[in-house]
Formats: sequence, C-alpha cells, structure tokens
Amino acid sequence: MTDLVEQDVSAVTPSPASSSGSNTPVKSRVRSEAFARRLRARHVAERRFRLAGAAAVALAALMLVVLLGSIVAKGSTAFWEARIRLEVTLDPAEVAERNYAPILRRALHAQFPQVTDRAGKRVLNDLLSSGAPYELEAMVAKNPALVGTTLTVWVRADDEIDQLVKGRYRRDLPESERGLSDAKIAAADALLASGALAQGFNTTLFTAGDSREPEQAGIGGAIVGSLLTLLVTMALSVPVGISAAVYLEEFAPKNRWTDLIEVNINNLAAVPSIIFGLLGLAVFLGFFGMPRSAPLVGGLVMALMTLPVIIISARVALKAVPPSIREAALGIGASPLQTVLHHVLPLAMPGILTGTIIGMARALGETAPLLMIGMVAFIVDVPHGLTDSATVLPVQIYMWADSPERAFTERTSAAILILLGVLILLNGTAVILRKIFERRW
Amino acid sequence: MTTRTPVIAASAFALALSFAATPASAQSRDQIRAVGSSTVFPFTTAVAEAFGKTGKFKTPVIESTGTGGGLKLFCAGVGPGHPDIANASRRIKKSEVDQCAANGVTTITELKIGYDGIALASSKKAAPVSLSTIVLWKALAKEVPVNGALVANPYKLWSDIDPTLPKAAIEVLGPPPTSGTRDTFNELAMLEGCKKVAEVAKAVPDEKARERACMTIREDGAYVEAGENDNLIVQKLTANPNAFGVFGYSYLDQNRDTLRAAKMDGVELTAETVAAGQYELARPLYIYVKTAHAGVIPGIREFIGEYTSERAVGEDGYLVDKGLIPEPKALRDAARTQAVGLTPLQF
Repeated sequence: MTDLVEQDVSAVTPSPASSSGSNTPVKSRVRSEAFARRLRARHVAERRFRLAGAAAVALAALMLVVLLGSIVAKGSTAFWEARIRLEVTLDPAEVAERNYAPILRRALHAQFPQVTDRAGKRVLNDLLSSGAPYELEAMVAKNPALVGTTLTVWVRADDEIDQLVKGRYRRDLPESERGLSDAKIAAADALLASGALAQGFNTTLFTAGDSREPEQAGIGGAIVGSLLTLLVTMALSVPVGISAAVYLEEFAPKNRWTDLIEVNINNLAAVPSIIFGLLGLAVFLGFFGMPRSAPLVGGLVMALMTLPVIIISARVALKAVPPSIREAALGIGASPLQTVLHHVLPLAMPGILTGTIIGMARALGETAPLLMIGMVAFIVDVPHGLTDSATVLPVQIYMWADSPERAFTERTSAAILILLGVLILLNGTAVILRKIFERRW
Repeated sequence: MTTRTPVIAASAFALALSFAATPASAQSRDQIRAVGSSTVFPFTTAVAEAFGKTGKFKTPVIESTGTGGGLKLFCAGVGPGHPDIANASRRIKKSEVDQCAANGVTTITELKIGYDGIALASSKKAAPVSLSTIVLWKALAKEVPVNGALVANPYKLWSDIDPTLPKAAIEVLGPPPTSGTRDTFNELAMLEGCKKVAEVAKAVPDEKARERACMTIREDGAYVEAGENDNLIVQKLTANPNAFGVFGYSYLDQNRDTLRAAKMDGVELTAETVAAGQYELARPLYIYVKTAHAGVIPGIREFIGEYTSERAVGEDGYLVDKGLIPEPKALRDAARTQAVGLTPLQF
C-alpha cells in the first residue's frame, strides 16, 4: 500500500522530466503487472461477495416461495366448495316440524331412481353435508313464502365429496385403504356427470364459526375474535405506551431509576409470550374473576405483551426528532408540554405508528399467551361482545391443523393465507404511513 | 393533528379502563364449558355442535387441556367461573375425587361414552408386523431384566427382542407424559407387557417399585415424545417407514391410506375387536359432569341427553363416524339412564 501512495505522490508531483513534455511517459507502477494482479484480485473478491449476497437473498426467496407455494397449492382449493343441486319440495308439515333432512334426502333420491335398498340410500344421504338441512332452514326463515313450493337449491356436499371433487382421494387405491367407498365415488361421479355437483365460492369459510365438519367450518368467529382482541390491545397499549415513551424521553430526569426502568422495558420486550399468559391467568382470571376465553382478557394480556415494543419504538422515533425543533419551539416561548404536543410528537408520529402496527401484527399472530386464558378452545358461536367466548385466527389455524379430517388440511392452509394477507396489509400500511409522513432533516 | 392526539389517546385509555372494570359477567354464564382430554375433545366438540344446532341453547365451549389438567380445572370449585364438564381418557382417580371434594365439588356424574383404541402404526411403506405388549415393553422400558437383574435397556433393534421382527432401529413416536394417551399407553401396553415378563417380579419384589419400573420409559432416544399433535406424528411416520407412532383409533381410521396398525398378539385393530375386548390396547372414555351445575348453567341435562342419544353414540351415530368405538347396546342404555338421572359417582 505504501509504495502505491509514494507512486501516486510522485506521479502527481511534476518532475522535471515530465513537465517538459509528454513524449517521455513516466513508467507508472499503476500500470505494473503486480498492481494489475492486485486489482484483479480485489475485483474478484468484490464479485464473490456480491454473488454470495445475491445467493443468500435467492435462498431466502426460494424458501419463501417453497413455503408460500406449498400453502397456496394446499389452500387455494379451500376457497371453493362442492355443492349439490336439488329440486326440493317444501312440504308445509315437515317445515313446521323443522324436519328438513327428509326433504333434501327425497330430492336426492329422486335423482337416483335405480337405488331402492336402504344401504344404497344411506350412501346417498352421506353425500350431503350434515349442515345442509340448516342451510335450507335458513333459506326458509329468510323467505317464508317458499313453503309449499318446489324450487332448485344448491346445498353443501359432505367434506369427503368435496375432497373427491378436488381430486384429493387416490382413486387407484383399493377401497379399504382409500377411506372413501366405491359406492360414494360412483354416486358422486353420476352427480358430476349430470352437472348436479359443482364447485362454488366458499362463503362459509369467511362467515361461519368453528365446526367439527370441515365443510361447515369457517374463520368468521376467529376473525371477529381477533378484531375484538386487537381492539382492546390497541385501546390500552397505544395510549399507555406513547405516554410512557414521551415521559421517559422528554421529561424524565436521567438517573439510576430511569436507567433501571429502561433496562426493565427492554427486558420485558424479550420475555416469552407464554409468561404473559400465566400472568393473565393469575391476575385477570384468578384475582379479578374475569370470564375465561374472553377477548377482553386476551386483549389485556396482548396489551401487556406489546407495551414494551411500542414504548421502545416510540422512544426511538422521539429520539430521531432533531433537538433544533425543540430548541426553536422553546426559543419562541412554547412551554415544554406545548413543545412536545405541538412539534415533537407529530413529527415522531410516523415512527410511532410503524412501531405500533408491527406490535399489533405480532399480537395478531400470537397464540401462546391465549392458551393459558382459555382462548384455545372449540367455539362455534361467532362472538358479539368483549366478554363472549372467542378464539383468534392463529389459534383457529392451530386447532384445524390438529384435526384428523383431511379436508381440514386445505382449510388450515386457506386460513394461513388469510392471516398472511392480513399481516401483509398491516405491515404494508406501516410502510406506506412511513413513506407519507416521513420527514428528513 | 397537533392537539387532537392526546385527546384521542386519553379517551381510548378511558374506554379501555371502562372495559377492564366490568368483570361482573363472570358471575353468570349461559354457555356450558368443558375442559379436558385431547382424545375426547373431537367427540365432545361434535356433540356440542349438534347440541348448539338444536337452537335452544348456546353452543358449549370446549377446551383441550389434557385429562389431568382438565380434571384439575374441573375440581377447582363450584360456580360459573369453573367448568361444568371434564373430558377424560381414563377414569377419574381417587386422589382427584378427593381434590374435588376438598374444593366443594362433592357430587360428580360419570358417563362412559365408549372406547378408543390405541394404535401402534407405521407407514404403509413398511412391511406389516405383529407386536405384543411384551415386545413393546421390552422395546421401550428404561430397564429390562437380563440374567435376573434389571439393567439399562440394551435393545437397539426390534430383531434384538424377537428375531422374527425386522432388523430396524427401535423408534416409537408417542405422546408426552401430560397426555391421557400416554397414561393409557403406560397402563395398557407397558404395565401389562411388564406383568407378563416373570423375571421382573423376581428382580423387583416390591410391588410399588415394580410398577414404577414397569412404566418408566427409556430416555435414550428410542421413544420420542412427539407432542400432542398427532398429525405431526403421521408426517414423521411417512418420512421414516421404520418408526412406529402411538395414537388414537380415530387418527388411524382417518389415515388408513398412509398408515397401517400393527397387530397386537395377532389381533387386528378394528372396531369389532375393541368392543369385544380382544384388542389389548383399547380404553374407555369418560365425561364427568358437575352435578351442582345442573339447573344453574342452562342446558346441562339436555347436553348429557344429546351425548347419550342413539344418534350420537349408537352404532350409526355421528361419534362413530368420528372414530369412537361404541359400547354394546345394553351397557349404553344403562349408562344413559344413569347419566340423565345424574346418578352421583361412588368411589
């Protein structure tokens, strides 16, 4: 290196030989063989580093593609469901007794006049979802004028038929190993051929609560539960977190106590979330006697969990506001409170919002603390209030992943897709907010 | 923006406080709550759903906490803050009944809902094998008798135990000690297998110490605690054809295209062999109802009625579709009369 510098100096310094004219070129060591070799080596090293970096990014992207690919491949079919077309005659007597199953069965049997024995009829009955009578009941409840008429309805098929239509059963396996009888496959194929079995958009997935029957299960209850929980979390952790951050950053004296508090906040941010669940169990359920499985308690626990994250990010955002802003405000006579509320806080808001949204996204994906307070449960009814029993999206995913019915596999993946979508939306909002409100000095 | 922020913050804070200050709702409850075994969970949830669809009551909320954890919650006291029903994949223990009584839960109604078979299954890719409780115990016990004394389990391959078994490393994926399935596996497979090995009785004369020795599972990697997620075990078995998984009958029934259950002492695992008592690794399932809550929490009697109805636990019932192995008709009818009448459990 040193010889290079010397060389450069001697090259720049006009020497008597070179100043006279260009016809006697300096034999520069920059052009020397050794220098070219070193330069090549450095360029190669640079290219190697870039290549390694690109490979790392490519590997990460590949993992993401594999993950997303497998989820999409498994889950995309869940947005469609198999439905069966039936010509039902709504007999007033049966409607009065709320006995809708025979109405549907008769209509289905009418499509198979050749089936007369009981076993064969039972196979046909099993093609229909056990929830189909309730669908019909809901239709009649909405429009009582239908009673006594004959109409065409599409009702949900059983989850096995749904999976068969989507090609998830291996037809080449012998009957005993397939888990679906030949008779059912034959009946489903006949319906498919006549166009009475088709796939439609799966609204159930978005509106229904949990169910043991995959075709009747939905994440509606879980989404409402997640919303209620996040509402409580936000209502509690955002104001408290921002207030704490403003106080610690702008007003609190720097002494041993504030240092201790800072260390503790940083520590809390790293505490495993299950600990907050245990705390919630002991304090909110045990001491205050709040109801189990309630989004209220879930939200409180999540608020405790996200508070440190919000405080830390808010403090970073406040620190990033240049002191000149504060000095200018104070200089023209603003009180410290006015300085903070009128100038510092608004300027720090984009950063605070980003931190808050990321904290909320973390709370949205959390299940461990909810296990302790009973929100990991089978809940069918969609919650209507903060004290109703509820579950949340990631819990619903966990519970479906644990269910033996194979139709739950695709619904699990579909629920993951929806959760990912919500998370991308949240994180995307954070990025956009930052872009819009960001100011550079 | 400038002055509004703290106002919004303050009002949101006040709102949150007002939510937090209303715990009174715990004082009354119009929804049945059940806790307990992850094995009974699929059955109770199915009943709960059918019960909710009748439209007269809210759908019960079911938590899967494991039998022991569920009975602990169940026995914690009487009142709306405590669950009404405990699902159990084994019978309640005397100690748990005492615990219940100490907390004021003095009358409990027991209902045997049917059977669950434990399967030792491997991937379809592996050759079918016939195991026995003795082989299982020798393969999985921490200490086995060699030349009259208990020594650390020396068996590495199945063929070390019985030359007719495959020459493959012993690997069994099973539930952790908190699971009811593990309790039953210990009692049905380990203890029963151990009892059949005469040398153990000679090596450990004390009955209690022997029972403990019998049920201690080796910790050198041959038995892998795979958590409560049975689907995960299914995946691992597919990846490793030489491994066996321990799980409930309903999982096997749903995954018959990828898994095959090993025969136990030559008996195939089917609904028939379990109900007939031929298949060794089968167990009864129970639910326990807090009698004091009947009439306080709406719908408890009706819920038991649904759980014992023919359309649920009958031969063609929806629980049978879910993998439950029903009791014979006569016993079923007796259980129903007992449960609907809330006959208290006698210990």
